[in-house]
Amino acid sequence: MTATARTEVGTAVDRPSGGWRAVLAYWMAVYKRVWKGTIISSLLAPLAYLAGMGIGLGSLIDSGGRTAVEGVSYLAFVATGLLAAQAMQTGVGEATFPVMGAIKWHHTYEAMLATPLRVQDLVRGHVVYVSIRLAITTGVFAAVALALGAMSGWGVLAAVVLAILGGLAFAMPVYLYSCRVRSEQGYNVLSRFIIMPLFLFSGTFFPISQLPAWLQVLGWISPLTHAGALTRAAALGPASPFALGLGDYLLHIGYLLLWAVAGYLLGVRALRSRMEA
Amino acid sequence: MSSEPLIQAVGLRKTFGDFTAVDGIDVEVAPGESFGFLGPNGAGKTSTMKIIGCTSPASGGTIRILGMDPATEASRIKARLGVVPQEDALDADLTVFENLLVYGRYFGLPRATVRARADELLEFAQLVDKRDEIVEKLSGGMKRRLTIARGLINTPQIVLLDEPTTGLDPQARHILWDRLFRLKREGVTLVLTTHYMDEAEQLCDRLVVMDKGRIVAEGSPRALIAEHASREVLELRFDVTDHAERAGDVAGIGRVEVLADRLLLYVENGDDALEAVTARGAHPMSSLVRRASLEDVFLRLTGRSLIE
Repeated sequence: MTATARTEVGTAVDRPSGGWRAVLAYWMAVYKRVWKGTIISSLLAPLAYLAGMGIGLGSLIDSGGRTAVEGVSYLAFVATGLLAAQAMQTGVGEATFPVMGAIKWHHTYEAMLATPLRVQDLVRGHVVYVSIRLAITTGVFAAVALALGAMSGWGVLAAVVLAILGGLAFAMPVYLYSCRVRSEQGYNVLSRFIIMPLFLFSGTFFPISQLPAWLQVLGWISPLTHAGALTRAAALGPASPFALGLGDYLLHIGYLLLWAVAGYLLGVRALRSRMEA
Repeated sequence: MSSEPLIQAVGLRKTFGDFTAVDGIDVEVAPGESFGFLGPNGAGKTSTMKIIGCTSPASGGTIRILGMDPATEASRIKARLGVVPQEDALDADLTVFENLLVYGRYFGLPRATVRARADELLEFAQLVDKRDEIVEKLSGGMKRRLTIARGLINTPQIVLLDEPTTGLDPQARHILWDRLFRLKREGVTLVLTTHYMDEAEQLCDRLVVMDKGRIVAEGSPRALIAEHASREVLELRFDVTDHAERAGDVAGIGRVEVLADRLLLYVENGDDALEAVTARGAHPMSSLVRRASLEDVFLRLTGRSLIE
């Protein structure tokens, strides 16, 4: 009994480390300084799309008592898609400049790794931080969409959780990219040639079945297509034409998990080799 | 037991591709010692410090820190090290106090412990009245002191300082040296790199002179000067473009080093030497007698100046 107690104390003294929680505490301390600005900026763009596309364009599409898709208004269609698209933007945003800053500009990671923190603690802390950021932005967006009548019901809650998963499916591969890319020029390529096309061709504004076949392939590779299918199904409910069966849910979720987990595992490896150089 | 070296490296090497940054060095640092790596930029000092700090694995040789192997026990070693890197790496958007709190948590220290320790360290770093200031607004010297305070948050046994006063003005340097002296008196083992000979003379009990990844001399500052230089140095400036022309005029008085803008004469008594020079009819534009320094040691050993 005494021996056990001593071992435990010994372990705690010998190997103290804040672990990923301490890394999360760092990101939250920084976030506390800037959160007002990020709420406004990360909401403005999706709200503009919601108003312009959902309400403006929607009134044109849904004219004469018909709706774009049977029983679903264009506003509801776009809002449920934008929920996933906004998670993508937030996930990408939090995995680009803050990560490059920590590696290259501010030497934050260097300072962290001088302490008992390990590389995997750095990545895990960031994953949890990004998840919190995703929960905040998608939660606020969903609340606004609810208030505007663009969404309704408890399914929205499930949609928010699924949007967070979709955000991580982008954040983790982009985190990996940030560990490998040498300058912020790399982010121009990322945003122009990957994120922007995915935003347009992943079923956010129209079903990808409207696209030519080769673009549909791109659409199905995009995690956003799967995230959008999930948020739409969950938020619009089982009666809508976008409802999914259990098997479909699992397939979409599995595909998003694949991107998130692969990005995480390769990200840990990439960060380790970057920081040891 | 207490005389066991805290750091013991044998044949330590670090290579980056074809480039050899550290080329087989042996180092031992005893508890309570203040140990320095002196050398110009690119001598391999920072690479050595990163190996000791367990953030960069050695390419060859063996190293034990606090009796442990960095390859397998990096976290345990780091828990007892304090690291003051060349770039401050402070969190510019946070306050002085927040910087200490956040960093203390990396060590898994209880919140109350970190708070108490942070207040002590603000006192130590003379930053009490800057406690709630955003770090971005501090002067260079204050940031450096905060970086040192941060490195002490876990009450480390060894503090690693990489170029601690580079880029600071003379007054800020002296404040910093004073703080480091205090740490040394408290029995903390200091390991530092520097390319300033005055800093090495001020702070180090013992040092190694590094050049191109190798150790070229080792000893206390005083012993190194006695061994590789003379007691005094006579510096002579002549009205010529190439001082090598005048080296013959002073030959035999003492060992001569030719620099771009002056001649150095290594002698026992500088005033006597100057008399001898003028007695030969050589009339320098200006002359200066000073005590020999580590700069002279480095010049002797490598044929180059520390600061290019």
